[in-house]
Amino acid sequence: MSTLVEVDALSRRYGATIALDNVSLKADVGLVYGLVGANGAGKTTLIKHLLGLLRPHQGQVRVFGLDPVREPVAVLRRVGYLSEQRDLPEWMRLDELLRYTRAYHPSWDRAYADQLLDSFGLDRRKKFSDLSQGMRAQAGLVLAVAHRPDLLVLDEPSSGLDVVVRQDILDAIVRTVVEDGRTVVFSSHLLDEVERMCDHVTVLHEGRVVVQGSVDEVRATHRVSQVRFPRQLDSSPDIEGALSIAGDGRAWSVVHTSALESLREIALRAGGEITESRIATLEEILIARVRRSNRQRQAA
Amino acid sequence: MEIKINPADGVPIYRQIVNQIRYSVASGLLEPGDELPTIRAFALRLKVTPNTIVKAYEELESAGIVQKRHGSGTFVSGERTRLADWERRRIIEQRIDALLTEAHQLDFSGEELFKLIRRRQALLADSRTENQAKDASGS
Repeated sequence: MSTLVEVDALSRRYGATIALDNVSLKADVGLVYGLVGANGAGKTTLIKHLLGLLRPHQGQVRVFGLDPVREPVAVLRRVGYLSEQRDLPEWMRLDELLRYTRAYHPSWDRAYADQLLDSFGLDRRKKFSDLSQGMRAQAGLVLAVAHRPDLLVLDEPSSGLDVVVRQDILDAIVRTVVEDGRTVVFSSHLLDEVERMCDHVTVLHEGRVVVQGSVDEVRATHRVSQVRFPRQLDSSPDIEGALSIAGDGRAWSVVHTSALESLREIALRAGGEITESRIATLEEILIARVRRSNRQRQAA
Repeated sequence: MEIKINPADGVPIYRQIVNQIRYSVASGLLEPGDELPTIRAFALRLKVTPNTIVKAYEELESAGIVQKRHGSGTFVSGERTRLADWERRRIIEQRIDALLTEAHQLDFSGEELFKLIRRRQALLADSRTENQAKDASGS
Protein backbone atom coordinates (compact mmCIF):
# COMPACT_ATOMS: atom_id res chain seq x y z
CA MET A 1 0.00 0.00 0.00
CA SER A 2 1.45 3.36 -0.88
CA THR A 3 1.81 6.17 1.62
CA LEU A 4 0.16 9.48 0.84
CA VAL A 5 0.88 11.51 3.95
CA GLU A 6 3.90 11.23 6.14
CA VAL A 7 4.25 13.41 9.21
CA ASP A 8 7.39 12.72 11.15
CA ALA A 9 8.10 14.02 14.67
CA LEU A 10 6.33 17.32 13.97
CA SER A 11 6.49 20.02 16.65
CA ARG A 12 5.09 23.52 16.64
CA ARG A 13 4.83 26.32 19.18
CA TYR A 14 2.70 29.42 19.29
CA GLY A 15 4.74 31.62 21.59
CA ALA A 16 5.00 29.73 24.87
CA THR A 17 2.16 27.37 23.96
CA ILE A 18 3.06 23.98 22.56
CA ALA A 19 0.58 23.34 19.76
CA LEU A 20 2.11 20.11 18.49
CA ASP A 21 4.70 18.02 20.27
CA ASN A 22 6.48 15.25 18.38
CA VAL A 23 3.46 14.17 16.32
CA SER A 24 3.81 11.47 13.68
CA LEU A 25 1.18 10.19 11.29
CA LYS A 26 1.23 8.04 8.20
CA ALA A 27 -1.74 7.86 5.87
CA ASP A 28 -2.03 5.16 3.21
CA VAL A 29 -4.13 5.20 0.07
CA GLY A 30 -7.76 4.15 0.32
CA LEU A 31 -8.31 4.58 4.03
CA VAL A 32 -10.12 7.07 6.25
CA TYR A 33 -8.09 8.72 9.02
CA GLY A 34 -9.67 10.40 12.02
CA LEU A 35 -8.16 13.10 14.19
CA VAL A 36 -9.79 13.30 17.57
CA GLY A 37 -9.29 15.51 20.59
CA ALA A 38 -10.72 18.37 22.62
CA ASN A 39 -10.65 21.95 21.32
CA GLY A 40 -7.07 23.14 21.33
CA ALA A 41 -5.66 19.62 21.14
CA GLY A 42 -3.81 20.46 17.92
CA LYS A 43 -6.07 18.97 15.23
CA THR A 44 -6.41 22.10 13.14
CA THR A 45 -2.71 22.94 13.52
CA LEU A 46 -1.81 19.48 12.23
CA ILE A 47 -4.20 19.85 9.29
CA LYS A 48 -2.72 23.25 8.40
CA HIS A 49 0.69 21.63 8.18
CA LEU A 50 -0.64 19.06 5.73
CA LEU A 51 -1.83 21.89 3.50
CA GLY A 52 1.43 23.80 3.73
CA LEU A 53 -0.26 26.69 5.56
CA LEU A 54 2.20 26.34 8.42
CA ARG A 55 5.90 25.63 8.32
CA PRO A 56 7.08 22.92 10.74
CA HIS A 57 9.22 24.23 13.60
CA GLN A 58 10.62 20.76 14.01
CA GLY A 59 10.12 17.53 12.14
CA GLN A 60 8.95 16.95 8.62
CA VAL A 61 5.72 16.82 6.61
CA ARG A 62 5.38 15.09 3.24
CA VAL A 63 2.22 14.88 1.17
CA PHE A 64 2.44 12.81 -2.04
CA GLY A 65 6.15 12.69 -1.19
CA LEU A 66 6.39 16.50 -1.50
CA ASP A 67 6.96 19.30 0.98
CA PRO A 68 3.63 21.21 0.96
CA VAL A 69 5.33 24.46 2.04
CA ARG A 70 7.81 24.40 -0.84
CA GLU A 71 5.53 22.93 -3.49
CA PRO A 72 2.04 24.15 -2.64
CA VAL A 73 0.70 24.06 -6.18
CA ALA A 74 1.68 20.46 -6.84
CA VAL A 75 0.25 19.39 -3.49
CA LEU A 76 -2.93 21.46 -3.34
CA ARG A 77 -3.96 20.48 -6.86
CA ARG A 78 -4.52 16.98 -5.54
CA VAL A 79 -6.07 17.97 -2.21
CA GLY A 80 -9.65 18.85 -1.35
CA TYR A 81 -10.11 20.88 1.82
CA LEU A 82 -13.05 21.97 3.90
CA SER A 83 -12.10 24.21 6.80
CA GLU A 84 -14.03 24.38 10.02
CA GLN A 85 -15.01 28.00 9.44
CA ARG A 86 -15.94 27.12 5.84
CA ASP A 87 -14.55 30.53 4.99
CA LEU A 88 -16.20 31.48 1.73
CA PRO A 89 -16.19 34.88 0.04
CA GLU A 90 -19.42 36.45 1.30
CA TRP A 91 -19.81 38.80 -1.66
CA MET A 92 -19.57 36.06 -4.30
CA ARG A 93 -22.34 33.98 -5.78
CA LEU A 94 -22.03 30.21 -5.64
CA ASP A 95 -21.81 29.84 -9.43
CA GLU A 96 -19.10 32.51 -9.54
CA LEU A 97 -16.96 30.71 -7.01
CA LEU A 98 -17.54 27.40 -8.77
CA ARG A 99 -16.31 28.87 -12.05
CA TYR A 100 -13.35 30.47 -10.34
CA THR A 101 -12.32 27.29 -8.52
CA ARG A 102 -12.84 25.17 -11.62
CA ALA A 103 -10.31 27.30 -13.49
CA TYR A 104 -7.61 26.19 -11.08
CA HIS A 105 -8.41 22.51 -11.36
CA PRO A 106 -7.93 20.73 -14.69
CA SER A 107 -9.43 17.61 -13.13
CA TRP A 108 -12.71 19.35 -12.22
CA ASP A 109 -15.65 17.01 -12.77
CA ARG A 110 -18.58 19.18 -13.81
CA ALA A 111 -21.10 16.39 -13.91
CA TYR A 112 -20.18 15.35 -10.38
CA ALA A 113 -20.39 18.95 -9.13
CA ASP A 114 -23.81 19.40 -10.74
CA GLN A 115 -25.06 16.13 -9.35
CA LEU A 116 -24.02 17.12 -5.82
CA LEU A 117 -25.44 20.64 -6.11
CA ASP A 118 -28.76 19.25 -7.32
CA SER A 119 -28.94 16.59 -4.63
CA PHE A 120 -28.36 19.30 -2.01
CA GLY A 121 -30.90 21.53 -3.72
CA LEU A 122 -28.48 24.48 -3.72
CA ASP A 123 -29.39 27.61 -5.64
CA ARG A 124 -26.27 28.47 -7.65
CA ARG A 125 -27.27 32.11 -8.01
CA LYS A 126 -27.30 32.87 -4.31
CA LYS A 127 -24.58 34.85 -2.61
CA PHE A 128 -22.70 33.15 0.20
CA SER A 129 -23.89 35.83 2.60
CA ASP A 130 -27.44 34.56 1.97
CA LEU A 131 -26.68 30.89 2.63
CA SER A 132 -27.44 29.10 5.89
CA GLN A 133 -24.78 27.25 7.89
CA GLY A 134 -25.86 23.94 6.38
CA MET A 135 -25.90 25.28 2.81
CA ARG A 136 -22.44 26.79 3.27
CA ALA A 137 -21.15 23.42 4.42
CA GLN A 138 -22.73 21.72 1.41
CA ALA A 139 -21.30 24.33 -0.96
CA GLY A 140 -17.89 24.02 0.70
CA LEU A 141 -18.09 20.29 0.27
CA VAL A 142 -18.82 20.52 -3.46
CA LEU A 143 -15.84 22.87 -3.85
CA ALA A 144 -13.66 20.41 -1.92
CA VAL A 145 -14.53 17.24 -3.84
CA ALA A 146 -15.46 18.24 -7.41
CA HIS A 147 -11.89 18.05 -8.69
CA ARG A 148 -11.77 14.45 -7.42
CA PRO A 149 -8.83 15.00 -5.08
CA ASP A 150 -6.53 12.13 -4.12
CA LEU A 151 -6.60 13.42 -0.56
CA LEU A 152 -9.70 14.90 1.05
CA VAL A 153 -9.07 16.87 4.25
CA LEU A 154 -12.02 17.93 6.38
CA ASP A 155 -11.64 19.95 9.56
CA GLU A 156 -14.60 19.37 11.87
CA PRO A 157 -16.94 18.89 8.90
CA SER A 158 -19.97 18.23 11.12
CA SER A 159 -19.56 21.04 13.58
CA GLY A 160 -22.70 23.11 13.94
CA LEU A 161 -24.66 21.13 11.36
CA ASP A 162 -28.00 19.40 11.57
CA VAL A 163 -28.38 15.66 11.08
CA VAL A 164 -29.36 15.89 7.41
CA VAL A 165 -26.35 17.89 6.27
CA ARG A 166 -24.08 15.70 8.40
CA GLN A 167 -25.34 12.70 6.45
CA ASP A 168 -24.42 14.49 3.20
CA ILE A 169 -20.90 14.98 4.48
CA LEU A 170 -20.56 11.36 5.56
CA ASP A 171 -21.91 10.23 2.18
CA ALA A 172 -19.25 12.32 0.45
CA ILE A 173 -16.54 10.67 2.54
CA VAL A 174 -17.79 7.19 1.73
CA ARG A 175 -18.07 8.01 -1.97
CA THR A 176 -14.59 9.48 -2.05
CA VAL A 177 -13.08 6.34 -0.61
CA VAL A 178 -15.24 3.80 -2.39
CA GLU A 179 -15.25 5.22 -5.88
CA ASP A 180 -11.62 5.55 -6.59
CA GLY A 181 -9.72 4.41 -3.55
CA ARG A 182 -8.91 7.91 -2.41
CA THR A 183 -7.85 8.94 1.05
CA VAL A 184 -9.64 11.01 3.67
CA VAL A 185 -8.27 12.76 6.75
CA PHE A 186 -10.88 14.36 8.95
CA SER A 187 -11.05 15.78 12.42
CA SER A 188 -14.11 15.53 14.58
CA HIS A 189 -15.23 15.75 18.13
CA LEU A 190 -18.18 13.47 17.35
CA LEU A 191 -16.70 10.17 18.39
CA ASP A 192 -19.46 7.92 17.16
CA GLU A 193 -18.94 9.45 13.73
CA VAL A 194 -15.23 8.70 13.88
CA GLU A 195 -15.95 5.20 15.09
CA ARG A 196 -18.15 4.49 12.09
CA MET A 197 -16.27 6.36 9.41
CA CYS A 198 -12.60 5.87 10.20
CA ASP A 199 -10.22 3.02 9.59
CA HIS A 200 -7.53 4.67 11.64
CA VAL A 201 -7.63 7.12 14.52
CA THR A 202 -5.17 9.53 16.12
CA VAL A 203 -6.14 10.92 19.50
CA LEU A 204 -4.44 14.23 20.30
CA HIS A 205 -4.30 15.85 23.69
CA GLU A 206 -2.50 19.14 24.27
CA GLY A 207 -0.47 18.67 21.11
CA ARG A 208 0.60 15.13 21.80
CA VAL A 209 -0.54 11.82 20.37
CA VAL A 210 -2.06 9.83 23.23
CA VAL A 211 -3.46 6.93 21.20
CA GLN A 212 -2.96 5.97 17.57
CA GLY A 213 -3.81 2.95 15.44
CA SER A 214 -6.54 1.23 13.50
CA VAL A 215 -9.92 1.83 15.11
CA ASP A 216 -10.54 -1.89 15.65
CA GLU A 217 -7.10 -2.35 17.15
CA VAL A 218 -7.36 0.66 19.45
CA ARG A 219 -10.75 -0.49 20.67
CA ALA A 220 -9.69 -4.10 21.07
CA THR A 221 -6.74 -3.14 23.27
CA HIS A 222 -8.86 -1.06 25.65
CA ARG A 223 -11.48 -2.64 27.87
CA VAL A 224 -14.07 -1.35 30.31
CA SER A 225 -14.60 -3.72 33.21
CA GLN A 226 -17.03 -3.41 36.09
CA VAL A 227 -15.48 -4.35 39.41
CA ARG A 228 -17.64 -5.05 42.42
CA PHE A 229 -16.51 -5.03 46.01
CA PRO A 230 -18.21 -6.76 48.95
CA ARG A 231 -18.33 -3.50 50.92
CA GLN A 232 -18.50 0.18 50.12
CA LEU A 233 -15.23 1.92 49.40
CA ASP A 234 -14.72 5.53 50.42
CA SER A 235 -12.08 6.21 47.81
CA SER A 236 -11.29 4.65 44.47
CA PRO A 237 -9.63 1.23 44.72
CA ASP A 238 -5.99 0.78 43.84
CA ILE A 239 -6.05 -1.21 40.63
CA GLU A 240 -2.71 -1.60 38.94
CA GLY A 241 -2.58 -0.82 35.25
CA ALA A 242 -5.93 0.99 35.20
CA LEU A 243 -6.14 4.01 32.88
CA SER A 244 -9.07 5.38 34.81
CA ILE A 245 -11.32 4.30 37.65
CA ALA A 246 -14.74 5.80 38.20
CA GLY A 247 -17.64 4.97 40.44
CA ASP A 248 -18.52 4.87 44.10
CA GLY A 249 -19.44 2.51 46.90
CA ARG A 250 -19.32 -1.09 45.72
CA ALA A 251 -19.34 -0.68 41.97
CA TRP A 252 -16.39 0.74 40.05
CA SER A 253 -15.83 1.04 36.34
CA VAL A 254 -12.25 0.52 35.18
CA VAL A 255 -10.78 1.37 31.77
CA HIS A 256 -7.65 -0.71 31.16
CA THR A 257 -5.32 -1.94 28.46
CA SER A 258 -4.23 -5.00 30.43
CA ALA A 259 -5.64 -8.40 29.50
CA LEU A 260 -8.90 -9.32 31.16
CA GLU A 261 -7.34 -12.25 32.98
CA SER A 262 -4.61 -10.17 34.58
CA LEU A 263 -7.12 -7.51 35.63
CA ARG A 264 -9.24 -10.26 37.16
CA GLU A 265 -6.29 -11.28 39.34
CA ILE A 266 -5.43 -7.70 40.26
CA ALA A 267 -9.07 -7.01 41.19
CA LEU A 268 -9.19 -10.18 43.24
CA ARG A 269 -6.11 -9.11 45.17
CA ALA A 270 -7.78 -5.76 45.86
CA GLY A 271 -10.78 -7.69 47.18
CA GLY A 272 -13.07 -7.15 44.18
CA GLU A 273 -14.67 -9.22 41.46
CA ILE A 274 -15.19 -8.42 37.77
CA THR A 275 -18.89 -8.64 36.99
CA GLU A 276 -18.79 -7.45 33.39
CA SER A 277 -16.20 -6.62 30.76
CA ARG A 278 -16.33 -5.43 27.17
CA ILE A 279 -14.17 -3.54 24.68
CA ALA A 280 -14.19 0.22 25.18
CA THR A 281 -15.72 2.82 22.89
CA LEU A 282 -13.53 5.61 21.49
CA GLU A 283 -15.26 8.04 23.80
CA GLU A 284 -14.38 6.02 26.88
CA ILE A 285 -10.81 5.66 25.65
CA LEU A 286 -10.45 9.38 24.96
CA ILE A 287 -11.82 10.40 28.36
CA ALA A 288 -9.67 7.87 30.21
CA ARG A 289 -6.54 8.91 28.33
CA VAL A 290 -7.12 12.63 28.79
CA ARG A 291 -7.82 12.26 32.51
CA ARG A 292 -4.73 10.17 32.95
CA SER A 293 -2.59 12.64 31.06
CA ASN A 294 -3.96 15.48 33.21
CA ARG A 295 -3.23 13.52 36.39
CA GLN A 296 0.32 12.84 35.26
CA ARG A 297 0.86 16.52 34.53
CA GLN A 298 -0.48 17.54 37.93
CA ALA A 299 1.75 14.99 39.62
CA ALA A 300 4.84 16.25 37.76
CA MET B 1 -32.32 -6.96 5.63
CA GLU B 2 -31.98 -4.39 8.34
CA ILE B 3 -28.63 -3.93 10.03
CA LYS B 4 -28.33 -1.73 13.09
CA ILE B 5 -24.98 -0.28 14.00
CA ASN B 6 -24.35 0.90 17.51
CA PRO B 7 -20.91 2.51 17.85
CA ALA B 8 -21.35 2.55 21.64
CA ASP B 9 -21.68 -1.22 21.69
CA GLY B 10 -18.73 -3.14 23.08
CA VAL B 11 -18.36 -4.95 19.77
CA PRO B 12 -16.37 -3.70 16.75
CA ILE B 13 -18.61 -2.43 13.96
CA TYR B 14 -17.49 -5.00 11.38
CA ARG B 15 -18.29 -7.73 13.91
CA GLN B 16 -21.74 -6.24 14.53
CA ILE B 17 -22.39 -6.54 10.80
CA VAL B 18 -21.04 -10.10 10.70
CA ASN B 19 -23.19 -11.13 13.67
CA GLN B 20 -26.37 -9.65 12.25
CA ILE B 21 -25.86 -11.25 8.85
CA ARG B 22 -25.16 -14.57 10.54
CA TYR B 23 -28.32 -14.16 12.54
CA SER B 24 -30.29 -13.33 9.40
CA VAL B 25 -28.97 -16.49 7.73
CA ALA B 26 -29.63 -18.65 10.77
CA SER B 27 -33.16 -17.36 11.14
CA GLY B 28 -33.98 -17.77 7.46
CA LEU B 29 -34.30 -14.04 6.76
CA LEU B 30 -31.50 -14.55 4.27
CA GLU B 31 -31.59 -17.69 2.18
CA PRO B 32 -28.95 -19.54 0.19
CA GLY B 33 -28.37 -17.73 -3.08
CA ASP B 34 -29.58 -14.36 -1.79
CA GLU B 35 -27.35 -11.50 -2.83
CA LEU B 36 -25.84 -9.14 -0.27
CA PRO B 37 -25.57 -5.41 -1.04
CA THR B 38 -22.45 -4.17 -2.83
CA ILE B 39 -19.73 -2.73 -0.63
CA ARG B 40 -20.46 0.76 -1.85
CA ALA B 41 -24.21 0.58 -1.35
CA PHE B 42 -23.86 -1.02 2.07
CA ALA B 43 -21.26 1.52 3.25
CA LEU B 44 -23.46 4.39 2.10
CA ARG B 45 -26.51 2.91 3.78
CA LEU B 46 -24.83 2.21 7.11
CA LYS B 47 -22.58 5.31 7.00
CA VAL B 48 -19.46 3.34 7.74
CA THR B 49 -16.09 3.26 6.07
CA PRO B 50 -16.21 0.86 3.09
CA ASN B 51 -13.28 -1.06 4.52
CA THR B 52 -15.49 -2.14 7.40
CA ILE B 53 -17.84 -3.83 4.93
CA VAL B 54 -14.87 -5.40 3.15
CA LYS B 55 -13.66 -6.79 6.48
CA ALA B 56 -17.12 -8.08 7.42
CA TYR B 57 -17.57 -9.81 4.03
CA GLU B 58 -14.12 -11.36 4.29
CA GLU B 59 -14.92 -12.80 7.68
CA LEU B 60 -18.29 -14.11 6.46
CA GLU B 61 -16.58 -15.64 3.46
CA SER B 62 -13.89 -17.40 5.45
CA ALA B 63 -16.61 -18.75 7.76
CA GLY B 64 -18.32 -20.16 4.65
CA ILE B 65 -21.46 -18.11 5.15
CA VAL B 66 -21.17 -16.14 1.94
CA GLN B 67 -19.45 -16.67 -1.39
CA LYS B 68 -17.93 -14.06 -3.62
CA ARG B 69 -18.62 -14.63 -7.27
CA HIS B 70 -16.19 -12.90 -9.54
CA GLY B 71 -17.59 -9.84 -11.17
CA SER B 72 -21.09 -10.35 -9.87
CA GLY B 73 -21.28 -9.94 -6.11
CA THR B 74 -21.55 -11.60 -2.74
CA PHE B 75 -24.11 -14.34 -2.15
CA VAL B 76 -25.30 -16.42 0.78
CA SER B 77 -23.78 -19.91 0.54
CA GLY B 78 -25.75 -23.05 0.02
CA GLU B 79 -24.92 -24.97 3.19
CA ARG B 80 -27.61 -23.51 5.33
CA THR B 81 -28.63 -26.32 7.69
CA ARG B 82 -25.20 -27.14 9.03
CA LEU B 83 -24.45 -23.49 9.56
CA ALA B 84 -27.83 -22.81 11.08
CA ASP B 85 -27.45 -25.52 13.74
CA TRP B 86 -24.08 -24.25 14.75
CA GLU B 87 -25.27 -20.65 14.65
CA ARG B 88 -28.49 -21.26 16.53
CA ARG B 89 -26.48 -22.78 19.31
CA ARG B 90 -24.01 -19.92 19.42
CA ILE B 91 -26.79 -17.36 19.66
CA ILE B 92 -28.63 -19.15 22.43
CA GLU B 93 -25.41 -19.80 24.34
CA GLN B 94 -24.65 -16.08 24.35
CA ARG B 95 -28.05 -15.44 25.90
CA ILE B 96 -27.52 -18.18 28.46
CA ASP B 97 -24.16 -16.75 29.48
CA ALA B 98 -25.71 -13.32 30.01
CA LEU B 99 -28.51 -14.87 32.05
CA LEU B 100 -26.07 -16.86 34.20
CA THR B 101 -24.00 -13.76 34.93
CA GLU B 102 -27.08 -11.81 35.92
CA ALA B 103 -28.38 -14.65 38.08
CA HIS B 104 -25.04 -14.86 39.83
CA GLN B 105 -25.07 -11.13 40.56
CA LEU B 106 -28.59 -11.39 41.96
CA ASP B 107 -27.52 -14.34 44.13
CA PHE B 108 -29.61 -17.04 42.52
CA SER B 109 -28.12 -20.52 42.79
CA GLY B 110 -27.96 -22.72 39.69
CA GLU B 111 -30.71 -24.94 41.09
CA GLU B 112 -33.04 -21.98 41.72
CA LEU B 113 -32.41 -20.71 38.21
CA PHE B 114 -33.30 -24.06 36.61
CA LYS B 115 -36.50 -24.20 38.65
CA LEU B 116 -37.42 -20.68 37.54
CA ILE B 117 -36.73 -21.51 33.91
CA ARG B 118 -38.98 -24.58 34.07
CA ARG B 119 -41.73 -22.59 35.75
CA ARG B 120 -41.58 -19.83 33.13
CA GLN B 121 -41.55 -22.41 30.39
CA ALA B 122 -44.67 -24.08 31.78
CA LEU B 123 -46.42 -20.70 32.03
CA LEU B 124 -45.52 -19.82 28.47
CA ALA B 125 -46.68 -23.21 27.20
CA ASP B 126 -50.01 -22.76 29.02
CA SER B 127 -50.67 -19.34 27.58
CA ARG B 128 -49.78 -20.60 24.12
CA THR B 129 -52.31 -23.45 24.28
CA GLU B 130 -54.86 -21.02 25.64
CA ASN B 131 -54.28 -18.65 22.73
CA GLN B 132 -54.54 -21.48 20.26
CA ALA B 133 -57.79 -22.57 21.83
CA LYS B 134 -59.05 -18.99 21.63
CA ASP B 135 -58.02 -18.74 17.98
CA ALA B 136 -59.73 -22.02 17.22
CA SER B 137 -62.98 -21.03 18.91
CA GLY B 138 -62.88 -17.54 17.43
CA SER B 139 -62.61 -18.64 13.81
